[in-house]
Amino acid sequence: MDPPPEQVNYICGDCGMENTLKPGDVIQCRECGYRILYKKRTRRIVQYEAR
Amino acid sequence: MAKKDQRMSETETEEEETEAESMSESESGSEEQKQESKGGGIDYIMSLPDVPRNLPPHVELQRTRVFANIDAPTHTDSIQYSGAFVSVGLDNSFRLDQFRNNFRVEVIRFSDDGMDMEFDMIGIDPALANAFRRILIAEVPTMAIEKVFIANNTSLIQDEVLAHRLGLIPISIDPRLFEYAENNAPNERNTIVFKLHVQCAKDVEEEKGQSKKKEKEKEKKVPPRITVKAKDLKWLPKGSEFYLESEDSNSNSTSKLKTYTSFTCSQDSLPEFSNNKIGFKEPLDDINIARLGPGQVVLLEEIEDEDAETLKKKCPVGVFDIEDIANGRKRLTVAQPRACTLCRECIRGGEEWEKRVSLRRVKDHFIFTIESTGALPPEVLFTEAVKILESKCERVISELS
Repeated sequence: MDPPPEQVNYICGDCGMENTLKPGDVIQCRECGYRILYKKRTRRIVQYEAR
Repeated sequence: MAKKDQRMSETETEEEETEAESMSESESGSEEQKQESKGGGIDYIMSLPDVPRNLPPHVELQRTRVFANIDAPTHTDSIQYSGAFVSVGLDNSFRLDQFRNNFRVEVIRFSDDGMDMEFDMIGIDPALANAFRRILIAEVPTMAIEKVFIANNTSLIQDEVLAHRLGLIPISIDPRLFEYAENNAPNERNTIVFKLHVQCAKDVEEEKGQSKKKEKEKEKKVPPRITVKAKDLKWLPKGSEFYLESEDSNSNSTSKLKTYTSFTCSQDSLPEFSNNKIGFKEPLDDINIARLGPGQVVLLEEIEDEDAETLKKKCPVGVFDIEDIANGRKRLTVAQPRACTLCRECIRGGEEWEKRVSLRRVKDHFIFTIESTGALPPEVLFTEAVKILESKCERVISELS
């Protein structure tokens, strides 16, 4: 039922390069080797309770 | 000193007597009838001039008034027991027809925009008045945003905070036209949909930067920003524009795509939506739905000249006023007893003031101030509250029977 594992885009915390990681990949920027990557906001619609 | 005290006590008793008389007028009528029917010896005894017909003035005062003393309020309870005054020959039982005759509602103020009113409920038990107050606050339905679907939010305000704040916007739609959504699927009978799509233009200054003010901002390098207000919410009479993801991924079928709210018909026809007047109403200084009856500030003795001036200054809400009497003297009067908030500022400052001013409240008199958010006028809100209490009572009766 689940769609095939998507490639997820991350943004490098140092150089801002966009990285695509698959499950099992080393968490490291391909451009500069920086090890802090930020996940992008989901493109799905998010539901919140207005409380 | 002795002379002064005497005068004080005189005025006090006078005051109490007039109050007691006015409060027990209705009771004395029924009392007479009852005594006549009994006849015989009691009738004779009751006709003697010395036998008291009513409660003694001080008891009557304690029965009908709350006293706000400097340390604590006293005589705050309402006397329910039917035989409470049986020793003085008074029937204290609750009678429905008596309540019907004594109960009054007096509209004091109605604002020009019709969304704000003040009225008095007189002759009602505190428990009932409080029930109305609580129902008005918590149970009369109003329309508000409950679910927020966020597709993209790049603002500084987090999604959760934004959703919460959207939920605070009052929406001017008659909630009686709708059903509770609860857990049902959203449809046009229980849901209305608004869209909020605003964008802060990056180069807004370049476009409109002709005015001097804008140029100044430019110099300061103020980042462009906009203020999003309730009017930016756009009503979608045909339901949500967000398509459900499952439908989206399926190849383009000819049937209509399903959205988060699938309306079978448009809400265009509903007249209440015509002008989409959602918005925010400037609140008054304080919103108090109900407070205990008219601030009765009783001057136990006449206060004149300098003392009058100081007492007038003491009261932060301006209950007192000064009137000129003969020989250029001034006398203090209680001009705005309704304004009194029982702050007790006037009896603060030593025994001399405590002895001169008495703060009281009538126990069965309630001031209701209803401020509507704009959807329904306050008088409708109150009748809705009455209906809710009625249905609650009916539920209790049906449970018992």
